[in-house]
Amino acid sequence: MTFALIGNQNSGKTTLFNQLTGSNQHVGNFPGVTVEKKEGTLRKHKDVSVVDLPGIYSLSPYTAEEVVTRDFALNDKPDGIINIVDATNIERNLYLTLQLTELQIPMILALNMMDEVTANGDYIDIDKLSSSLGVPVVPISASKNDGIDELVDRAIATVKNGVLPQKTDFCQAGGELHKTIHSIAHIIEDHANAAGIPTRFAATKLVEGDTPMMQRLALHKDEVDLITILVQNMEKALGTYRDAALADMRYDFIERLCARCVEKKHTQTKQQLRSIQIDKILTHKVFALPIFLCIMLFVFWITFGLVGPVLSDLLSEGIDLVTQATDTLLINLQVSEWLRSLVIDGVFAGVGSVLSFLPTIVVLFFLLSILEDSGYMARVAFVMDKLLRKIGLSGRSFVPMLIGFGCSVPAIMATRTLSSERDRRMTVMLIPFISCSAKLPIYTVFTAAFFPKGGALVMMGLYVFGILMGILSAFLLKNTLFKGKPVPFVMELPAYRLPAAKSVLLHMWEKAKDFIVRAFTVIFFATIVIWLLQSFDLRFEMVQDSSQSILANIGKFVAPIFAPLGFGNWQAVTALITGLTAKEAVVSTFAVLTGAGDSSSLIPILSSMFTPLQALSFLVFTLLYMPCVAAMAAVKRELGGYRSALLLMLYQTAFAWVAAFVVYSFGLLFFG
Amino acid sequence: MTLDNLKIGRSGVITAVGGDGALRRRLLDMGLTPKTRVMVRKVAPLGDPIELHLRGYELTLRKEDAKNIEINEVD
Repeated sequence: MTFALIGNQNSGKTTLFNQLTGSNQHVGNFPGVTVEKKEGTLRKHKDVSVVDLPGIYSLSPYTAEEVVTRDFALNDKPDGIINIVDATNIERNLYLTLQLTELQIPMILALNMMDEVTANGDYIDIDKLSSSLGVPVVPISASKNDGIDELVDRAIATVKNGVLPQKTDFCQAGGELHKTIHSIAHIIEDHANAAGIPTRFAATKLVEGDTPMMQRLALHKDEVDLITILVQNMEKALGTYRDAALADMRYDFIERLCARCVEKKHTQTKQQLRSIQIDKILTHKVFALPIFLCIMLFVFWITFGLVGPVLSDLLSEGIDLVTQATDTLLINLQVSEWLRSLVIDGVFAGVGSVLSFLPTIVVLFFLLSILEDSGYMARVAFVMDKLLRKIGLSGRSFVPMLIGFGCSVPAIMATRTLSSERDRRMTVMLIPFISCSAKLPIYTVFTAAFFPKGGALVMMGLYVFGILMGILSAFLLKNTLFKGKPVPFVMELPAYRLPAAKSVLLHMWEKAKDFIVRAFTVIFFATIVIWLLQSFDLRFEMVQDSSQSILANIGKFVAPIFAPLGFGNWQAVTALITGLTAKEAVVSTFAVLTGAGDSSSLIPILSSMFTPLQALSFLVFTLLYMPCVAAMAAVKRELGGYRSALLLMLYQTAFAWVAAFVVYSFGLLFFG
Repeated sequence: MTLDNLKIGRSGVITAVGGDGALRRRLLDMGLTPKTRVMVRKVAPLGDPIELHLRGYELTLRKEDAKNIEINEVD
């Protein structure tokens, strides 16, 4: 038995999913939460599965989330629907419910946040609501785990007894809309049956002017013409647009229903009133931006300044211990030199260096998910929208970009919640311009070597430069590849809620798991390839001198391309190539190729290799050139193909080359 | 008048919703249907978008999109 879990954003859908399945998910409508179809089995009924569908407001065909939900309901034919409804925001939530009944799938309504309704002294007549809607209604509180068992029992019973929603027609009897829907239903009935689509659902979609539905039904031309005339007559008689007629009808029914079933002491709940008070400060005319900057500075200070490095050092010490132990073991076992090198120099060094970044990522996501779950991220989108609109995006793109400071991979994945393909693609293409945390070790070593005095300033400058280049690139894209209007920015501002510790920790664990999995798959594979290239020469014999390796030869071959940028030496180019596995590998490669051993003894060697200007040019290139393999894998997934990913790689690298060239040339001009 | 001209703290009743397909549909889906009462709660610090209160919840939309919504101001 399979249930589809469907509901509005911010209705507590993910919390309910967690309670039902105990699965790893988290609360909120921001980045990458529920856009993927997530499935789990019920805790107490292992034979019953639940699919968590994206948070949507309507079954219209305009956003990817809505289309995913429609397609799942029509094609995968779940045995039942659990429709979660926020009881504190019942009017707008029921709008989707009315549309779902038309799908004619056994359905149960989970009326969530009833604890808040009761605490406010409000009352909802469950029986009346249930009989008026024609579906069973169960009051629950997902965050307090109240009513979940009853919901499960009744949901299963509804499916076992095959109880379909009793009502699909919520029109005022005898009205124009009513007549039109019925006439169209008659015309299309055979087509709908043939396509396996509920007739009523298909008919209302056609009244709304839903093109995908029109195509799916494979109507004849004369049928299409007839429907067009029917709809035009209705529009004339009602004096409204076709889609407005249906929305109007549904909301009209809901208003009358709520007047009978819902008693409210006050027009607004305590949580809403509290949110208004909080927003007096957080979205204040003057303080909003400074407060946002302070919050972000705090997040980055904790992540990169306070907790992250300490944990990272601890972890890398641990990894060193394991490496040494393994090394000793391998020596004692007298395994061949190449195998020992593969394990120690290839796998342990590669994966180890990436893993030492795990704590930083965990801490960053811990803090970001608190901001997300509390409802603050929606305010960030509200405050930042005007700025992002200038580069052709909406406020919603801000959060994925912000995550890009931590790591491009989750940031790129987070773009999936953006409602337009255009915004999504554009955001994905901008994220690599934002300096991810893996580039930090490169900046650290280079600024220590070349800019010992103004190190912090150079570091800050690089971050700002990346952002500026991103904006420049956005303007380029906006006027070439991505011409056209951005999607309407129509977003709910949910009431502030205290994030549940459980969901924050689950989110953190999920990200950590994701990162570890990547470290042992893509990055594992890539490090072995790089190790092969590094350890063998052109005759495929193990090299003693790293300057003879295949990789070094590739580096020497490519190096002239970088001569105009001031760093045409093969070590730098080779380091850039290894940086593709993970950016921090640039530093370790320098250490290997120069025989420095570790990064502190690397500093004096570096300063003899580059002039400060060449170093700056190298940093600029490092900042902007194509992202690491893990990020490219994410780009490929989100942009849907190798071609787009390849284009992005070329675009980024060409952009980086030009930027570094300009910096170097101007530098030579002014500072000789 | 149109919704983008409504001052902070003032309310209006929607008379018509215009705009092209995707935008109008989105506005309607979010409950901005004719006869609905809407209050302007706030304007974002940079002057746009605006925050609305309707049907017991808070919604934000851009002024250029709010231009498509005809209203009658009420007390």
